[in-house]
Amino acid sequence: MSLDPETVRRIADLARIAVAEDEVARLQGELNSILAWIEQLNEVATEGVEPLAGAVRMRLRLRDDVVTEGDQHEAILANAPDRADNAMGSFFAVPKVVE
Amino acid sequence: MSKPTDLTIAEARDLLGRRALSARELTEAHLGAIERLSSLNAFITLTAERALADAARADDRFARGEARPLEGIPLGIKDLFCTEGVRTTAASRILDGFTPPYESTVTRKLWEAGAVCLGKTNLDEFAMGSSNTTSAFGHVVNPWRRRGDNRDLVPGGSSGGSAAAVAARLCLGATATDTGGSIRQPAAFTGTVGIKPTYGRCSRWGIIAFASSLDQAGPIARTVRDAAILLRVMSGFDPKDSTSADVPVPDFEAAVGRSVKGLKIGVPQEYRLSGMSAEIISLWERGAAWLREAGAEIREISLPHTKYALPCYYIIAPAEASSNLARYDGVRFGMRVDPGGDLDDLYAATRAAGFGAEVRRRILIGTYVLSAGYYDAYYLKAQKVRALIARDFDRAWEEVDAILTPATPTSAFAIGEKQDDPVTMYLNDVFTVTANLAGLPGISVPAGLDEGGLPLGLQVIGRPFDEETVFAVAGAIERAAGFDALPAVRA
Repeated sequence: MSLDPETVRRIADLARIAVAEDEVARLQGELNSILAWIEQLNEVATEGVEPLAGAVRMRLRLRDDVVTEGDQHEAILANAPDRADNAMGSFFAVPKVVE
Repeated sequence: MSKPTDLTIAEARDLLGRRALSARELTEAHLGAIERLSSLNAFITLTAERALADAARADDRFARGEARPLEGIPLGIKDLFCTEGVRTTAASRILDGFTPPYESTVTRKLWEAGAVCLGKTNLDEFAMGSSNTTSAFGHVVNPWRRRGDNRDLVPGGSSGGSAAAVAARLCLGATATDTGGSIRQPAAFTGTVGIKPTYGRCSRWGIIAFASSLDQAGPIARTVRDAAILLRVMSGFDPKDSTSADVPVPDFEAAVGRSVKGLKIGVPQEYRLSGMSAEIISLWERGAAWLREAGAEIREISLPHTKYALPCYYIIAPAEASSNLARYDGVRFGMRVDPGGDLDDLYAATRAAGFGAEVRRRILIGTYVLSAGYYDAYYLKAQKVRALIARDFDRAWEEVDAILTPATPTSAFAIGEKQDDPVTMYLNDVFTVTANLAGLPGISVPAGLDEGGLPLGLQVIGRPFDEETVFAVAGAIERAAGFDALPAVRA
């Protein structure tokens, strides 16, 4: 499977990474060379093989459904590039989403 | 007494304990070395004041007879571990200005054991690389030089700053992380010891995530014993990491001197790559001979899916990375670039400006292999191949107790080499990546020099949670190799 320029633009859009038009050809070449190399996995017979998602075949634990570290408002906002503080509280600020 | 910066952790621990050396002297010697050798660019952030305060507290503890296991030992911390109140960058512009309000579990354990924080070491951006040339803070220089060649060499990556700092005697040991070889490859390139423990041995909580099913923390040090001392403190169950293993942490240091007599050591035929250099092959054979002389039995084994490990990794790791790195959106922390459009434009502009070329490439590959219509062909296929790779090891453990391989296919290369195409760089991890996919412990031990006078490492892989055997075999290799070569640049 080889990527065309349109697919490169679509992936970049899905990944929310702005790609300038003059970068598309270079990226297309790089991504295709990686994908061509990855294709060798098709040589491996994997019928009936259970996919392995994690490195250790362990059962994931469940913890008690209780708050363990709530009330961290300021710590969470401390690194915000922009914040809004008003009568309703403190928030991350972003460009207007709804007109 | 040797120079404070030349001490091993075990030696420093002994001298500090006998009050023959103060933590302050030891810390000052390392801070001075870091300053003098700043051209190596091994550190991104220096925490000199904090280090001196840590050392003063350590000296107080010694005076009161209340020393903890790493009391007064100066360490470097890979700048992928979040450190409370200390800028943490992952060597990326996108985390510009980020100061964690919390401490990673592994570093918290080190401080609670009395270690001294010298600063944060350089790395490949988000730990993606094998040369430490993708860092937004500039490349790290390997303190070793090829004979008759003045070019700067790479220290390996991604834990290149940690490895270079340990090799050049800027710290007694350092933390590192390994997703596909990022502890073991730089250790091999710098003549140091690096162990990636079993997946789940060290908590991942507070370590900036790259590929969560593969990432593991571990130490880089100058001896096998020192690596064992550090790993014991770094290990242990943590309820904050859902994949942390609730198993006891053995005394790894005690395992280092253990005899290898009667152990069965596997030599996998598939690791003998076509075109592999004669030097690497002879180093590997020498390693097997050392272990045979120490009483181990060497057996040829087969790990048939080895050649598919790297392409499998380059689906799984980018897929997980594309998901993990979605959090860098210019809203909650780090850099923001606002081109004046809507929120999507803000995300896209921030991520284009904040991520370097290799990180962007991996996010794009990961996004593609997870996208509708391609998930089964790539991601699911890779997970099945991963299962086969793990099964190869399961079968090997029926026959052998540990596996011996070269750590890397070459010694350190010059900065700028192997940059032509991404796949050439990826091949660095050909011997190390299998242990990540299967979740196994692997260590790199310096075992000799190539004809250019550069260090080469041997790798020992063990059963899950059997780091003790890995340390025993590594200790036997270390004793037999008698590796005492020193890098050209050192404190």
